[in-house]
Amino acid sequence: MAKELVEFRNLETHFKTSAGTVKAVNDVSFSIREGETLCVVGESGCGKSVTAMSLMQLIESPPGKIVGGEIIFEGKDLLKLSKKDMSRLRGNEIAMIFQEPMSSLNPVFTIGKQITEPLLYHLGMTQKEAKARAIELITMVGIPRPEKIYDSYPHELSGGMRQRIMIAIALSCNPKLLIADEPTTALDVTIQAQILDLMRDIKGKMNTAIMMITHDLGVVAEMADFVVVMYAGKVIEEAPVLELFKNPQHPYTQGLLKAKPVINQRQERLYSIPGQVPNPVDLGDNCHFHDRCEFCMEICKAKTPPLRTHADGHKTACWLYEEEGKAQ
Amino acid sequence: MSESVVQLDKQQSGGSSQPLVRVDNLKKYFPITGGVFQRRVGDVKAVDGVSFAINRGESFGLVGESGCGKSTIGRTLLRLNDKTDGTVTFDGQDLHKLSKSDLRNMRTKMQIVFQDPFSSLNPRIKVGEAIGEALIDHGLASRKDVKNRVIETMKICGLAEYHYDRFPHEFSGGQRQRIGIARALIMNPEFIVADEPVSALDVSIQAQIINLLSDLQREKQLTYLFISHDLSVVEHLCNRVGVMYLGTMMEMAPTDELFSNPLHPYTKALMSAIPIPDPTLKRERIVLQGDIPSPANPPSGCKFHTRCPMAADICKQQVPEYRNVGNEHFVACHFA
Ligand SMILES: Nc1ncnc2c1ncn2[C@@H]1O[C@H](COP(=O)(O)OP(=O)(O)OP(=O)(O)O)[C@@H](O)[C@H]1O
Ligand SMILES: Nc1ncnc2c1ncn2[C@@H]1O[C@H](COP(=O)(O)OP(=O)(O)O)[C@@H](O)[C@H]1O
Ligand code: SF4
Ligand code: SF4
Ligand SMILES: [Mg+2]
Ligand SMILES: [Mg+2]
Repeated sequence: MAKELVEFRNLETHFKTSAGTVKAVNDVSFSIREGETLCVVGESGCGKSVTAMSLMQLIESPPGKIVGGEIIFEGKDLLKLSKKDMSRLRGNEIAMIFQEPMSSLNPVFTIGKQITEPLLYHLGMTQKEAKARAIELITMVGIPRPEKIYDSYPHELSGGMRQRIMIAIALSCNPKLLIADEPTTALDVTIQAQILDLMRDIKGKMNTAIMMITHDLGVVAEMADFVVVMYAGKVIEEAPVLELFKNPQHPYTQGLLKAKPVINQRQERLYSIPGQVPNPVDLGDNCHFHDRCEFCMEICKAKTPPLRTHADGHKTACWLYEEEGKAQ
Repeated sequence: MSESVVQLDKQQSGGSSQPLVRVDNLKKYFPITGGVFQRRVGDVKAVDGVSFAINRGESFGLVGESGCGKSTIGRTLLRLNDKTDGTVTFDGQDLHKLSKSDLRNMRTKMQIVFQDPFSSLNPRIKVGEAIGEALIDHGLASRKDVKNRVIETMKICGLAEYHYDRFPHEFSGGQRQRIGIARALIMNPEFIVADEPVSALDVSIQAQIINLLSDLQREKQLTYLFISHDLSVVEHLCNRVGVMYLGTMMEMAPTDELFSNPLHPYTKALMSAIPIPDPTLKRERIVLQGDIPSPANPPSGCKFHTRCPMAADICKQQVPEYRNVGNEHFVACHFA
C-alpha cells in the first residue's frame, strides 16, 4: 500500500451556537495515501466539509474551533504550524475546490489574474511565465480558446467552465493533495460526467491524491479507491471501495446503499431509513444512529461504539461486531 | 393545429377518461431587453411548443438539464406566470382564461412544491405557521385545528414537532425542502407540481419522501407533474416521462418503454451520464462535449445538434418531426 500522505488523528472541531455546542467533527481518524482518491460520504451536516476545512485551517472562528487531535501531513502536525507556514502550504501543496465555483472565484478579476496569482505567490514565476502556464492549465482542463478565456470574467463562463477553472487554479502548483468538496453537486449530469472524467484524467497524469467529498454513492463508486462514511460527526465505517460496496457492515451504510434509486433497477418500493439525522447539538455518549437502527441494543444507547478493524482494511464502529454487543 | 397536438389526440383517443391536465403547443418566451430604451431585442424561448397530457392519478415526469424549461412549464401550467402561446386545460377548463376568483378557488386543487423553498418562506414567520398559512387564508381550518394538522403533516415530511416554532434560517437545505413539501401537502390538493422536490434531500430522506409521494398518490388519487433532473428518481416514481432539451420535448414514453428502449441520442447520453453505485461496473459512457447552448440563441434545426454524437448535415437545417413510433413512444430525431 502507498505511503500515507495525510493522517487525521482524533480530530475534534466544535462550533459554539446559541443552542449549545455542535461537535461537527467528533474524534475523527483516517488516512489518505499518496496518489489515492479517498471519498468521504455522508448526509448533509455530518461533518464532511468541516473535516476538510479543518485540514485547510479555514474554520471560521468564532464560532468554530479545532479543540483536539492532530492532522499529520508528510510527517508534520499541521495544527502546530504558524499561520505563515500554513498559508504557504495552502493552494500550493494542498489545494481545494468547492461546490459552487462562482462563490470562490472573485467576480471583479479576470480568470487570467486568478489563475496566475498562486503561480506568482507560491512559485515565484514572472508575469510572462505565469501567463504561459495559465494558458497551458486552461487547455489542460479542456476549455477551448484559452487566450480568450484568460481575459474573461467569471460571470461570462458557464457553471461547468467555472468548475474547470477552479480545478485549473487548484492544480496550478502541482499539489500533493486536492480536496474537492462536492465539486459536481451544482452541475448538470452531462457536465458532471465531463468533470469526473477530467478529475480521473488528472489523477492519472499527476498522481495527485484526492479527498473527494460527496453525498452521491454513484460518484463514490466511480471515483473512489477508498471510502470513509461519516454520520453525525463521526467516521462510522471505512474500507476500500470494492469491499465497501460488496460487504457494507454498518447498518447505516447498508441502508444508504439500499435507499438509493438506481436507474434500470426499478423497485416496487424504495428501502428507506426511518427517522432523521439527530440534532447536532449536545449529542451524547452513544451510537448516534441508534434511534434509526433496526438492530439497536441497550449498549448502543449507552456507549459509543469504537471504530475497529473487522476485516482487511475495513473498519466499522458498531456494537454488532464487538464482543460486548454480541453478548447482548 | 401543430403536428404534436394532432398526435396527442390520437394518443388520448384510446383512453376512456379525459386527462386532468392537458398542455397543447405551450410556449413561454421571456423578453430580453437592451439598449438605452430597454427595447425588446430578443426572446429566451424557455418553452417552445410543448404538448403533453396527464391523466388522473398519473405521475408524469419531466426531465432535462438546468435551463431546459421544466420549471417554466410547471409555473405556466399553474398560471403562476403568463403564457406566450398555446393552451393549458385543467379539469376541462382553459386555465389561462379563468377569472381571478375562479382561479383562486382552483388554486387549492393545484399545489406546487418549489425547487428552492427558502425563497418562498418569510424569514420572520415560524415555519409551523408558514405551513398552516394557506389553510387559514382559504378558510379550510380553524386556528385551533391548524396546529395539529401542521404537526401531523410535518411529521409525515420527516420534520419533528420541536421544529414548529423555529425560523427558516435555522434549517438545513434538506429540512427546508421538507417544509416546502409540507406546505403543499397540507392543502389536500388533486394535482401537485413537484419541482425537484427531493433534489436537495439526502439519500436516506429522499427515499422516505419518494415513498411518501407515491403512497399519497395511491391513497388520494393524486396527480403529479414531477420535475427532476434525476432520471433514476423519475424512473422510480413516474408512469410516463418526457425528456426536454432547450424548451423542446425530445422524447416522451411510458416509463418502462423509455428506460428499456431510449431512442433519442440526448436521452441515451443522459442515461449514460448517471453514476451508478456499483464499483465493479465498467461502462462505455457517452460523454457529451461542450455546454448547453443558451435558450436565447438556440441552435438551428435540431437544437441538440451542437452536442449530438450522431449529428449529420440535415440536423443543422431541419427541425426533426416529433412523431409517434408506436407504444405511445414519441421522439424528435431524424435518425430515431
Ligand atoms: N444559523 C444556524 N443556526 C442554528 N442551526 C443551524 C444554523 N445553520 C444551520 N444549522 C443547523 O445545522 C445543521 C446543518 O446545517 P447546514 O446548513 O450546515 O447543512 P448543509 O450541510 O449545508 O445541509 P444541506 O446540504 O441540506 O443544505 C442543521 O441541523 C441545521 O438546522
Ligand atoms: N460556521 C458554522 N457555525 C455553526 N455550525 C457550523 C458551521 N459550519 C458547520 N457547522 C456545523 O457543523 C456540522 C457539520 O457541517 P459540515 O461539515 O458542513 O457538513 P457536511 O458533511 O454536509 O459537509 C453541521 O452540524 C453544521 O451545522
Ligand atoms: S451500534 Fe447499535 S445502534 Fe449503532 S449501528 Fe450498530 S447496532 Fe445499530
Ligand atoms: S436530429 Fe440529428 S442532431 Fe438531433 S438528435 Fe437526431 S441525430 Fe442528433
Ligand atoms: Mg458540506
Ligand atoms: Mg428548475
